[in-house]
Amino acid sequence: MSVALSAQDITRALTRISHEILEKNQGSANIVLLGIPTRGAHLATRISSIITSIEGSEPPTGTLDITLFRDDLRMRPPRAIMPTKIPTSGIEGKDVILVDDVLFSGRTIRAALDALGEIGRPRTVQLAALVDRGHRELPIKADFIGKNLPTSKNQSVRVLLSEIDGRDEVTIEEGAEL
Amino acid sequence: MTTADYLIKGASLPDAKKADISISNGVIASVGSEFKGDAKNVIDAKDCVVLPGLVDLHTHLREPGREDAETVLSGSRAGVKGGFTAVSAMANTSPVADTAGVVEQVYRLGQEAGFLDVFPIGAVTQGLKGEALSEIGAMADSVARVRVFSDDGNCVSDPLVMRRALEYIKKFGGVIAQHAQDPRMTIGSQMNEGEISARLGLKGWPAVAEEAIIARDVLLADHVQSRLHICHLTTAGGVEIIRWAKARGINVTAEVTPHHLLLTDDLASSYDPVYKVNPPLRTEADVHALREALADGTIDIVATDHAPHPTESKECEWQEAAFGMLGLETALSIVQKTMVDSGLMNWSQVADRMSIAPARIGGYENHGQPIVVGSVANLVVINPTQEWTVDRDLVLSKSSNTPYHGHVLPGVITHTFFKGAATYSNGTITSVGGK
Amino acid sequence: MRHLLSIADLNKSEAISILDTATELARVSDGAVKKLPTLRGRTIVNLFAEDSTRTRISFEAAAKRLSADVINFSAKGSSVSKGESLKDTAMTLQAMGADAVVIRHSASGAAQRLADSQWMSGSVINAGDGTHEHPSQALLDAFTIRKHLGMGASDLAGLNVAIVGDILHSRVARSNVLLLAMLGAKVTLVAPPTLLPVGIQNWPATVSYDFDSVIPHVDVVMMLRVQQERMSDLFFPNAREYSRYFGLNGERMASMKSGAIVMHPGPMNRGLEISAEVADSARSVITEQVTNGVSVRMAILYVLLAGGALEVGSN
Repeated sequence: MSVALSAQDITRALTRISHEILEKNQGSANIVLLGIPTRGAHLATRISSIITSIEGSEPPTGTLDITLFRDDLRMRPPRAIMPTKIPTSGIEGKDVILVDDVLFSGRTIRAALDALGEIGRPRTVQLAALVDRGHRELPIKADFIGKNLPTSKNQSVRVLLSEIDGRDEVTIEEGAEL
Repeated sequence: MTTADYLIKGASLPDAKKADISISNGVIASVGSEFKGDAKNVIDAKDCVVLPGLVDLHTHLREPGREDAETVLSGSRAGVKGGFTAVSAMANTSPVADTAGVVEQVYRLGQEAGFLDVFPIGAVTQGLKGEALSEIGAMADSVARVRVFSDDGNCVSDPLVMRRALEYIKKFGGVIAQHAQDPRMTIGSQMNEGEISARLGLKGWPAVAEEAIIARDVLLADHVQSRLHICHLTTAGGVEIIRWAKARGINVTAEVTPHHLLLTDDLASSYDPVYKVNPPLRTEADVHALREALADGTIDIVATDHAPHPTESKECEWQEAAFGMLGLETALSIVQKTMVDSGLMNWSQVADRMSIAPARIGGYENHGQPIVVGSVANLVVINPTQEWTVDRDLVLSKSSNTPYHGHVLPGVITHTFFKGAATYSNGTITSVGGK
Repeated sequence: MRHLLSIADLNKSEAISILDTATELARVSDGAVKKLPTLRGRTIVNLFAEDSTRTRISFEAAAKRLSADVINFSAKGSSVSKGESLKDTAMTLQAMGADAVVIRHSASGAAQRLADSQWMSGSVINAGDGTHEHPSQALLDAFTIRKHLGMGASDLAGLNVAIVGDILHSRVARSNVLLLAMLGAKVTLVAPPTLLPVGIQNWPATVSYDFDSVIPHVDVVMMLRVQQERMSDLFFPNAREYSRYFGLNGERMASMKSGAIVMHPGPMNRGLEISAEVADSARSVITEQVTNGVSVRMAILYVLLAGGALEVGSN
């Protein structure tokens, strides 16, 4: 087990991502942050506060649970559905920033794109990921990345966040993800 | 000394004494210590018990009318496998056995099959409708010599009809065998009324619907001084009533089925209609009361109520399914399991409950005889030390609705003898007994 | 979990997870997303051997919102009404590739017979079997109660529920007693003695013949339909006497606790067990029960079919 990101690394990464989002989108006027539960949702909330402290106003922030759009449901016992909260201003014509903790095969993001498609038509969809660990199975890329972590398929990446796990840390462990 | 047909060596008699028994020319030729002569067939019966051939006072052979479920022939074969040398064929056939013609037909079919004695039971009322008496006299005087009359399947529920029937059969030395079920209280009933039926949402068949008829009928039998027999007793309350009636000297006898000595209503929880039977399986408390009553003689006999049904009548929803279970081939094993192995009865009492007493109630002369020289050789040999597994695909009955599929039961019947010839021998049906 | 035949097939956490899943799905249905791809490619058959419009449509809507294909096999005009056996019907459905069968049948235990048989291999969902159970109704009832009175709790601990009417013949009552007790509510059954089953003493509920003494203490009054035929079967003398003692009218409603709600699985006999005034009052959540039914049935279909094979209830 090795530590890939310490608590301080995470904070710095999120700060940088927040600035990059504002730079690419020329401010926060048209953005909507949607975190993918569980940890992506907390990260989206943190990015939202950082943007608020920079810009002085809070961008619309919500969650997008993609469980019902997964393509691998039948491979495991039924998964719990997490909350989906789309801000009241909606996503029509907006620049939606999806926020997730780890980008891996890309299937989660594919499902998120399908989910968004059912809700409306954003102007753009962008992706912010705390960690990109490679091994994409679909043509998906992140627009904003906290850290690139080359891993082998026999390793797994664990993200701990203080909101749930009591502390902030990203580690790489031996043993493939289930 | 002529050669005996059969020698049964070293068996236990019902009273537990060991003996060699030889059979010649249809009768028991000798009973005693070591047989010294020759025999054509020698049977090593050292771990076995010999009983008088079993007599079933309550069987459904389904012929005429429902030959898809069973015939007199297939039922006879099932009977000899179960150790029976006589069965009484219930009258709820199609046409109903309410005339001399039908009972003589059934009697003749039994003779032709030749495996055991089939004694037809005559219906009490025409068409089993419970309204007008059937030709009881004609049936009694027919070749079938009917003495037991029953509307089983239906209850003779009208008290006036039951009274008249009890009175009328006195002329013919008969007995009315009542299927005790108040029809008004059991419309659409599916299983015992109790906790289980409440949970399963199946309409209940309350114990009181059986007990109320029994109570009424023992009083009627007393009032007109006639003979009453209660079919398939299933409740502790019914046992109490019979006990009370006998204590007052009322001429009533009662039977219990093997399945009511073992199975209880919680089996319905699977909704598998193999457990659907009329009267229904009851509770543990009832099972205990019935076993005690059979042991102390309050219940006089075991009768199978063998009720074959074709597969489609049981392979469906519970409420669509027919009522009834097979019984002939497993009866003696179930009685050994519930009564002998549990210490409640000995083999001598089994002989009484399953042969001597039913023969007496039915008036069947050559059956239920003591195992002594000169008796007609109607016998069954059972090895209580062996076990067997019930397989519904291997039963001799035409139907396969046995509730014991997969059960391991004690007591393997090795031989059945009818009029001195082996009808069943080590797993195979053998000769035709002959007239 | 392969089948949902009875509330007894669920444990408390599974029941709560169905309610939680329904909560999320309801949000989905209310919001912009009307259709989810989750059960795309699956075939769900509605085998309704007993007439029902409301339940069948509810299951159909639930299945379609999850993009499943729905085939309706209903009583009238189908081979079922012409006497085809349950076995043959089931084998036909198997040949058609049904992943799940939602079965409503007049015979208690029909759903279990279908599930236990070798006739077909899909999931079996009991949509009401005779007088035995109606699990999806109980789940949507619990969902409705939790939504109004749950105060954010996951279960129904501390709530008092009265179920009033023909308990003897009610599959809704049986499923509700099991589920409400499992979720921590206290249940009181109110009925004339003739409409209570013998053997009820071990149910997790108290019994009362006196509606008026029970009403002021409960948070939920759940009225059951009373069929007209019960009068000719001698369960009670006539409609007037039944309503007088067991009907929920305006006067009785006025003695209900503040915040207490009125429920009914439908269809209602307005004027017999429930007055029009009560049915249309602000306390009544009867129409909402119907809406909730779709979300709850979506949750049931999701839990049974979306995941891989893991039997819930196998501890």
